[in-house]
Amino acid sequence: MAVETPVSAGTSVPAAPVARGGRVRRRNAGWLFILPFLLVFAAFLVAPLVYAGYLSLWTKGLATGTTFAGIDNYTRAFGDPSFRKGLWFVLRFSVVVIPLQIVVALVAALLLDEITGRLARFSRLMIFLPYAIPAVLGALMWGFLYSPTFGPIEQIASFFDVRAPFLLSQGNVYYGLLNVVTWQWSGYYMIIIYAALKGIDSSIYEAARIDGATARQIALRVKVPMVGSALALILVFSLIGTLQFFSEPQILRPIANGSITPDFTPNIYAYELAFNYAQFNYASAISFALGFVVFVAVAIFMVVTRKRGSLFT
Amino acid sequence: MRFRTTLSVVAPVVLALGLAGCGGWDDSSSGSGGTAAKATNCTNKIVHEDAKKVLVWAWYPNMAKVVDNFNNQHTDVQACWTNAGQGQPEYAKFQTAISAKKGAPDVIMLEADQLVGFEIQDALVDLAPYGANEVKKNFSDGAWKDVSQGDKVFAAPVDGGPMALIYRADIFEKYGIKTPPKTWDEYAADAKKVKDAGGPVFGDFGSNVPAVTTALMIQKGAQPFVYNLADKKNLTVKLDDQATKDVLDYWGTLSKQGLVGKEDQFTTDYIAGMVGGKYATYVSAAWAPGYLTGAGVGNGKDKGKFAVAPLPQWDASKPVSVNWGGSAFAVTSQTADKAAAAKVALGLYADDASLKDGWQTQTIFPLNQSVLKSDDFLNAKIEFFDGQTVNKDIYVPAENAYKGAVYSPFTVYYYAQLQAQIAKINQGGTTGSQAATDLQAQIVNYAKQQGFSVQ
Repeated sequence: MAVETPVSAGTSVPAAPVARGGRVRRRNAGWLFILPFLLVFAAFLVAPLVYAGYLSLWTKGLATGTTFAGIDNYTRAFGDPSFRKGLWFVLRFSVVVIPLQIVVALVAALLLDEITGRLARFSRLMIFLPYAIPAVLGALMWGFLYSPTFGPIEQIASFFDVRAPFLLSQGNVYYGLLNVVTWQWSGYYMIIIYAALKGIDSSIYEAARIDGATARQIALRVKVPMVGSALALILVFSLIGTLQFFSEPQILRPIANGSITPDFTPNIYAYELAFNYAQFNYASAISFALGFVVFVAVAIFMVVTRKRGSLFT
Repeated sequence: MRFRTTLSVVAPVVLALGLAGCGGWDDSSSGSGGTAAKATNCTNKIVHEDAKKVLVWAWYPNMAKVVDNFNNQHTDVQACWTNAGQGQPEYAKFQTAISAKKGAPDVIMLEADQLVGFEIQDALVDLAPYGANEVKKNFSDGAWKDVSQGDKVFAAPVDGGPMALIYRADIFEKYGIKTPPKTWDEYAADAKKVKDAGGPVFGDFGSNVPAVTTALMIQKGAQPFVYNLADKKNLTVKLDDQATKDVLDYWGTLSKQGLVGKEDQFTTDYIAGMVGGKYATYVSAAWAPGYLTGAGVGNGKDKGKFAVAPLPQWDASKPVSVNWGGSAFAVTSQTADKAAAAKVALGLYADDASLKDGWQTQTIFPLNQSVLKSDDFLNAKIEFFDGQTVNKDIYVPAENAYKGAVYSPFTVYYYAQLQAQIAKINQGGTTGSQAATDLQAQIVNYAKQQGFSVQ
């Protein structure tokens, strides 16, 4: 796995018999190499995080001005029906969208691994293409496709003299978004799995064939277990991404006739609080609370899949 | 050890820089409220380069002409105009700039219902010491009341939005509606008549125009908010009164029966519906035709299909006039030069040429009395309405009867909650009365969180 490469490269450096002073200089040289990263990391991640954390400890009322709140914003956040509603939605959404994406990606990757030639290359590109389209453009495009006035879905339905369901209405918005997200991300996950498949030594397949395994058995019993760590990685990626769901519903909001509310997902809620209601303090607390939930969700996942070792150490 | 020393010196510096970016430790700060954005990237051409430049945010469709008119007539100040978004997107940017204490323009276009929310944050400059009272005579008392708090004047009014009933004359004719509905009861009856004959929906109960619904509530006698900036902490909220419930129930019932649409307005789908005659009427303001024309409505085979009638009433014998939108120019407290900014705020869109262009394209309904009383304006035959003299017959009487309104100090939040309730009504998740009760609870709760004592 690509993630593990730097670790193994680091440990495989032979401990050359150098003088004490030389070793110190060598250790310091390492700092120099990561300095550019560290500067950017500190300026654009650590500093804003610290500042947001600081903001979240204060509260500002239109009529009262700014006062110190301590952890009040956090207790308020976890009791806030809007925040809870948003969390419930993204959790409900994760339960379906993550397995769906992974199944689609896995099936596509296994199929592409079997076939060769121009068709394989073309298919690979086509399946990956949605990920290459920026999320905003993808969402806008789906907004057009879903349109009840000039969208193709409605036009096809009108041939049969029926009304197509509006996929962004309150009852359907869950499925409408499910479709957009799966379309957008499956290709990316497919590429990760596909790369992992390409890394498997083909002599293993040969051994399996000699043992009399069918192509299907090779796929399910050999390939899938061997890309297990890639699947775990994808799961963590998509779990974090889905809990922080923002772009697609935010873009589709203006055309959803009100079914995508200002508290639709926790991230949209935090955005709305900060930039429309000017509650930067409470918005920071909501963001941290969401971060906490994401952390807990990933930790639970790690425990459940017993993959703790591969990502946290 | 050398590298480690370097790092331990550099890291805090970078951190400090990052924090400075957020906190706005800007030593070049000139105004009490922070620093305004620099007037450099103007959409328009600056005529007199050496004059003071004042950055303006506005979204009037004919703003390019308006700014050119101003700049050509002034040698001491020049307006540098940017369109920062129409309505809500602009307010969000302004709000962020207020919180950041930097980045606001010098002059900003705001709707009347937004003023209090910014006044309470000390984000706007009182224009009274900068010549506001010299232009007071140009405006009606109601219009002036909407932009002032006691003796303080926080914006220069430009346009208003007297409401009326825009309708499709061809659809009315086809379904045998001889006179436009005068009351809301007639409106509902006509809606049913058209629907029963297989016609289109009669109007639209869009969730994203909560300002319209609020105006219609006020028309029935509701008074959602009582607030006075002089008494900053006290706020009266009354959203669960009978009038509010009646209006929400009325529209909720029409929506449930399929007599009006449930679509959000100003979306591409909605405009396409307007073009195609999907809606028989449009309860809207005087500036609407300009925006509709700009979006392609009323052209081609739809030309001359639209007409306008006075807004239906609850009691035809006691008509009440209400307003939707209409904007004013305010000076932000981040400006470096209040006098120059005030000159732009008071002078922009106040010259005859600009006003004439505005009302002729129907993108504004001017509040300036010099226009409202001119024969030119009163007798104008408006093309969009097939030559109807709508100013004289409909809009000027409506504007003259408008008494002004009182807005809450958190209009953005209130509208968002009302919008959510309307969406819920449209989806069959609640009734109008229940929505009013829930809305009251939400708004009172929010007001208390914000530190108001709520009556």
